[in-house]
Amino acid sequence: MAVKTYQAGVTEYRQSYWQPDYAPLDTDILACFKITPQPGVDREEAAAAVAAESSCGTWTTVWTDLLTDLDYYKGRAYRLEDVPGDDTCFYAFIAYPIDLFEEGSVVNVFTSLVGNVFGFKAVRALRLEDLRFPIAYVKTCGGPPHGIQVERDKLNKYGRPLLGCTIKPKLGLSAKNYGRACYEALRGGLDFTKDDENINSQPFMRWRDRFDFVMEAVQKAEQETGERKGHYLNVTAPTPEEMYKRAEYAKEIRAPIIMHDYLAGGLCANAGLANWCRNNGMLLHIHRAMHAVIDRNPHHGIHFRVLTKILRLSGGDHLHTGTVVGKLEGDRASTLGWIDLLRESYVPEDRSRGIFFDQDWGSMPGGFAVASGGIHVWHMPALVTIFGDDSVLQFGGGTLGHPWGNAAGAHANRVALEACVQARGEGRHLEKEGKDILTAAAAHSPELKIAMETWKEIKFEFETMDKLAIANK
Amino acid sequence: MAVQAYRSMKKYETFSYLPQMTPDQVRRQIAHAIAQGWNPAVEHTEKGTPAKASYWYMWKLPLFGEQSVDTVMAEIEACHREFPDQMVRFVAYDNYAQSQGMAFVVYR
Repeated sequence: MAVKTYQAGVTEYRQSYWQPDYAPLDTDILACFKITPQPGVDREEAAAAVAAESSCGTWTTVWTDLLTDLDYYKGRAYRLEDVPGDDTCFYAFIAYPIDLFEEGSVVNVFTSLVGNVFGFKAVRALRLEDLRFPIAYVKTCGGPPHGIQVERDKLNKYGRPLLGCTIKPKLGLSAKNYGRACYEALRGGLDFTKDDENINSQPFMRWRDRFDFVMEAVQKAEQETGERKGHYLNVTAPTPEEMYKRAEYAKEIRAPIIMHDYLAGGLCANAGLANWCRNNGMLLHIHRAMHAVIDRNPHHGIHFRVLTKILRLSGGDHLHTGTVVGKLEGDRASTLGWIDLLRESYVPEDRSRGIFFDQDWGSMPGGFAVASGGIHVWHMPALVTIFGDDSVLQFGGGTLGHPWGNAAGAHANRVALEACVQARGEGRHLEKEGKDILTAAAAHSPELKIAMETWKEIKFEFETMDKLAIANK
Repeated sequence: MAVQAYRSMKKYETFSYLPQMTPDQVRRQIAHAIAQGWNPAVEHTEKGTPAKASYWYMWKLPLFGEQSVDTVMAEIEACHREFPDQMVRFVAYDNYAQSQGMAFVVYR
């Protein structure tokens, strides 16, 4: 080994952290950053600076650098690429040795990779576009408590997407009235109802009262229909202790599924709750409040495909992924990319879907993709096509806004869903023939007919803010 | 607008919110299941068994590798003749996903 001597002072980052001849190891964690450098900072220096600041480096040489083997521990920028259609920024690929991260801790991955570096002055803006987790690291994480296949078996749902509904108004209902809304939706044909993300335990409806009335609703609807049902009881709480207390009570009253907000609640709490769910046979639905703060700006923050991977490692059986067709942001190809990352066991690099790395999940289970927000029966053919079977389609207003009430609204959605699944099995093209398929189904369902008249063919057609950079403008 | 009251009904999971399928519609779903590479199977149970009961009686072993829709239909019919008062369902085992790719009740 070459002998090094201590030279105090500031050196260029590129001398240590830019290594274009580096061949990444199978065990490295790989990152793709989109870097918008400050004027006058060249690409190699900016990329090396990001590699340094997100691994071992600081702004100046320190004598203690020589007490370790920095060549083993440092992150290395090893490739630069243009961003198609945008010359204000570029992609930098950085490899990190696996030993920089505590086993099974996506928290530690984030404290390094999206830590101080995002406020670093040498870059004007910085976005983490994708991460490749080596299988060696995947194996140290708990992952989804049950996964798609076990959930299907537990709930006896096969060959179709599941149906859900978020109870509205989002805030203000009493526990008993809230349970009524759940009961009506469930007996009409839904598989799940859901607490809205901002329903926690407010003065108008404390959590224990909600849990009690909702579980009465679930059990009565199960008895009447003979089908298995559930309600995502939101256990997101001010403290981990309180979160576990609510989870324990949900188990005591035989709830099949609970819910957590993994970003607002935090990744440490999420991994702990996922472990609790695995140990207690409880399904775990994950909401993503706060994600758009982090992922919507195309030049700064963290792309949702990274947040998806982080959740799959941290643990959750369902994850909200956007709808593509509803009221909330979501580019179709990009959404299909992160849906694959949530559900499949191996996802190859595919720039047309914004996927920068091959990702091998090994035996880690996948989670259901949840499509929720501004969708109704007319969207059903597109939703079944886009999301396939391993999804939960959630119609809030699209169930509760039915002129005859929740039960009829739920029934309309279930008939529309089953008609689309049946037509798909018969080889029909759902998106082209959607109107015919729904109209034919409505002939034997007055609930569906009136739903189709109520919402006509409303679509939410606004430009997506964060487009995939795949072609020059 | 006239509001129509909604009555709860016993249901049997996938496709039970549609009218009972015609034999031709059943055949097309079976053909779809076979085209996915799934293994057909037939199960039956007493009426009144909730759909949420995990286990129904198997009608023979699953028809591993069966490619003929006619053969599967014949087994469904034979099961129905043997147990005319029971429900009969078609199941398609997906051994890759270690799950059922499809399952629906043919005779309610």
